[in-house]
Amino acid sequence: MNIRNCLIFLSALCLFSGCATQRVPIAADPLEGFNRTMFTVHEGLDTVLLKPVAQGYDAVVPAPVKRGVGNFFENFRDVARSGNAFLQGKGRQGVTGLGRILINSTLGLFGLFDVASEMGLQKGTEDFGQTLAIWGVPSGPYLFVPLIGPSGGRDIVGFTVDAYANPLWYLTKDEIAVRNSLIGIYTMHTRANLLPADRILSEATWDKYAHIRSAYLQRRAAITGRPTLDDYDDLDDPPDGE
Amino acid sequence: MKRIISLLFSAAFLFAAPVINAQETAPDALVKSVTEDVLEIMRQNKDIQAGSINEISKLVDAKVLPHFNFRRMTQLAVGRGWRQASADQQDELARQFRDLLVRTYANAVVSYSNQRFVFKPLRMNPNDTEVMVRTEIMQPGGSPVALDYSMEKTEQGWKVYDVVVGGVSLVTTYRDSFAQEVRAGGIDGLINALTEQNKALQARQNQT
Repeated sequence: MNIRNCLIFLSALCLFSGCATQRVPIAADPLEGFNRTMFTVHEGLDTVLLKPVAQGYDAVVPAPVKRGVGNFFENFRDVARSGNAFLQGKGRQGVTGLGRILINSTLGLFGLFDVASEMGLQKGTEDFGQTLAIWGVPSGPYLFVPLIGPSGGRDIVGFTVDAYANPLWYLTKDEIAVRNSLIGIYTMHTRANLLPADRILSEATWDKYAHIRSAYLQRRAAITGRPTLDDYDDLDDPPDGE
Repeated sequence: MKRIISLLFSAAFLFAAPVINAQETAPDALVKSVTEDVLEIMRQNKDIQAGSINEISKLVDAKVLPHFNFRRMTQLAVGRGWRQASADQQDELARQFRDLLVRTYANAVVSYSNQRFVFKPLRMNPNDTEVMVRTEIMQPGGSPVALDYSMEKTEQGWKVYDVVVGGVSLVTTYRDSFAQEVRAGGIDGLINALTEQNKALQARQNQT
């Protein structure tokens, strides 16, 4: 598809997803119209491809194997977590991360078992988006990226840096087919983990987009300790008539 | 002598009054006892573990809901629009929102019945009327998830008015979509949207 067709396709989607609706503007989401279109694209891909595949995986693969798959990827992701902990000045969490990688790669049989957690070495929550936030980089506009999910100007850069910091990327440098398969498995596994949340989300609200956005912005604000631009200034309305 | 005795008595009453107040369950103790109570019942009740919606809602109605202030939750979720609403509309909003939350989350709670909960020490001054009670859910193979309760002191004891999971407030996540409905269709528009959502959920739950 060339770029012009792409644009026509997107504006057609825009019509269906109600870009024309007058919405309460949200300061943190200046690109809401575009983001909602991307969300529709994502939901479409999810309905026809991601979700059915994840459901199949979830139904067929036994729980211990699933746990092994998750642990295997998480072990590689611990590298970026540990590095980010150091970059954020959390030396202790950084060392814990290194200890986790060492233990899980050996005793945990190449990361298939998360022995370190059982020994009390807790997995970190650090990522490069947070590191940038702590260095003072502003959050930028909220973004919804198909297949990746909720993100932001700053966090999508963080996401990319963390992906490149994953050793699997270099280990599979000459084996593109293996790399693509691993990305496929990881995506399927991650999506399968979200299946329970999926149900809650579709029951909890008629506007999934707004719900996800709010949860994402709150979560990022909480773990970076830096509130995002928002318009929740009236949260402290005095109680009336009670 | 009589006077002394009566003085003693009145003194005793003076002291007794604050003692009675202090016996009101502290917010952290309340969270702990309700959580443990509910987990215990869930682990023992086979119907609940099999996902019986009837049994789950009975448990939630009896043990959990009395400790929530849904009016305050709704007020916070609706935000600015709350003041435009008449008393009747406020009642209806609170009722529908409560329904929606219960329908959505009652089932989800069951999946946590085998997790370990850690109760964090409470930091509060004796005169505080609002506190945050902090707990953590330890997940096997994952980082612990923070589960915090915003609570306020009322005449009927401490009540929860928000639940915050990993920094995400249950009430706040509804603010944008609620504001949108109020803007598009007024308070009645929001009531309508909530009612429709509840109807759809009820239909879906009756099917299964």
